[in-house]
Amino acid sequence: MIALAFTSLLLVIGMGGGLFAKSLPILQEHSLSNLLFSSSWHPMKGEFGFFPFIMGTIWVTLLAIVLAFPISILVAVFLTGFSQKRIWKLVYPILDILASLPSVIYGVWGTLLIVPWISRFFGPIFVEYTSGYTVLAGGIVLAVMILPVLISLMTELFKTVPEELRDVSISLGATTWQTAKFVILRKTKAGIFAIVALAISRALGETIAVLMVCGNSAETPHSIFNACYPLSALIANNYGEMLSVPLYESALMLAAFLLFIIVLIFNLSSQLVLRYIKTNE
Amino acid sequence: MMNAVTLPIVNAARQISTLWKENIIKPITRSDNFVPDCKFEHTLEKAEIDVSGLNVSIKGKLILKDINLKIPEKKITCIIGPSGCGKSTLLKTFNRLIDSTEGIHVEGKVQLGTNDIINTQGNALTEMRRHIGLINQRPCPLPMSIYDNIAYGCKINGIHNRHMLDKIVEHYLKAVGLWDEIKNRLHTPASRLSIGQQQRLCLARSLAVEPEFILADESTSALDPISSKIIEELFVRLKEQYSIIMVTHTLRQALRIADYVVFMYLGEVIEAGDAQTVFHSPQEELTKNYLSGAFS
Repeated sequence: MIALAFTSLLLVIGMGGGLFAKSLPILQEHSLSNLLFSSSWHPMKGEFGFFPFIMGTIWVTLLAIVLAFPISILVAVFLTGFSQKRIWKLVYPILDILASLPSVIYGVWGTLLIVPWISRFFGPIFVEYTSGYTVLAGGIVLAVMILPVLISLMTELFKTVPEELRDVSISLGATTWQTAKFVILRKTKAGIFAIVALAISRALGETIAVLMVCGNSAETPHSIFNACYPLSALIANNYGEMLSVPLYESALMLAAFLLFIIVLIFNLSSQLVLRYIKTNE
Repeated sequence: MMNAVTLPIVNAARQISTLWKENIIKPITRSDNFVPDCKFEHTLEKAEIDVSGLNVSIKGKLILKDINLKIPEKKITCIIGPSGCGKSTLLKTFNRLIDSTEGIHVEGKVQLGTNDIINTQGNALTEMRRHIGLINQRPCPLPMSIYDNIAYGCKINGIHNRHMLDKIVEHYLKAVGLWDEIKNRLHTPASRLSIGQQQRLCLARSLAVEPEFILADESTSALDPISSKIIEELFVRLKEQYSIIMVTHTLRQALRIADYVVFMYLGEVIEAGDAQTVFHSPQEELTKNYLSGAFS
């Protein structure tokens, strides 16, 4: 058992190490700060600036969480309220199906519905022109993808709050909403944090659906109506093509390594915060 | 069948309607000469619970059968009886926490003063619940500090003035004899108190919203003998101001503190009356047997 546990650890280290080794050639040519903060991406000229891709990843992921988090909290609070068991029985299978749909279906749905909606109706309210293939489209599609997971995990979490605690709050004259806000969310804040961290991890790595709706242009987005190009989409789009360009393969490997590091840092720091919350309860 | 569809929708609508209600009850908050135990208007003229023809069934199974009871005010009423006889269900009917049970059906009449408990809905129900405090079997402090545990009930009912809250917290912690033990750590989590202290904190928390009734569901059974004795003594002292209904498994406890006794068996009230009468000259054969320990 211990050996198996170590194997999984070795797997992580091996993957990280492998990616790093493969991305070494480009790191020897260019300085790290240049690669991370430069915005010019011209592989043919030998310029590899990853800043637009990193920002693209961050924008889309954050937007997805900002959209999905409040909705999922409200839905979960509502579903675990009084006398909602029948509604839960109806909703749960739907969430299950949504959670298990392949991401390419979300991508198609986003391309067919969300992208035109943004370019024709929602976008023109705020900007003169948008193609619809934007950060917003990516954020919405990603939010819809993580919603089922968020809702079902949060509902399970809220169910772990002892019935007595609800009863106490209710019998002091609190409304259902006050009970949710002051007692249930408070009791489960460590769990909520862990769930959000999980959802962000999932959103960071999501590739296909995002790739289909984000527009994939190597520019740093300035608003949610700009196109963007997340790291995962960059790798998926280009690996296996244009590998004759010098350093190109190495650049893609660095992109993968960066994604690896972002997810790793994110997971480790969320572990630390989680521990902090737990000790302060 | 219609009911199965409409009921959840109606319930959901009711829940949503509470979203934009900041507080249901209007507190009296004149800041000059503020008295911590006169924060809310006392709307109940007579705090007596009057039960008539109450039937409760869960998923078609009859739990309480034709209960007729009058619970006197400012007395300790003990509900005794073997496990599974419906004591807790009866108690939960009084503050309508029974609503959260799946497949519940309640028939009959329960009056608190002039309020009809069974047919109250929405905000009126929330307000009514404030009149009926609840002490659980296991102490369950809210996930916040000692101070906030007491202040919670006042905050949700519209009292936010720090100065007043300070007074309220001190007053009620003194009322349950906790003040001297914990006055220096009011802002530490309530879960760090001992079990006995937690139960007294829960009592103080209930008192802080000025209920007329206190429901205690075997509130001393999870405590050590000393803590349980303290709670018992508190109840005896509190009955001057509050009406207390206690469910208990310990006959001796009922014998010690009850003024009024209700004996239940298999969902029915077999005998109810003055503690002296029920304990010393029971009218029913079943009561006699139970008191003599023939079954438990």
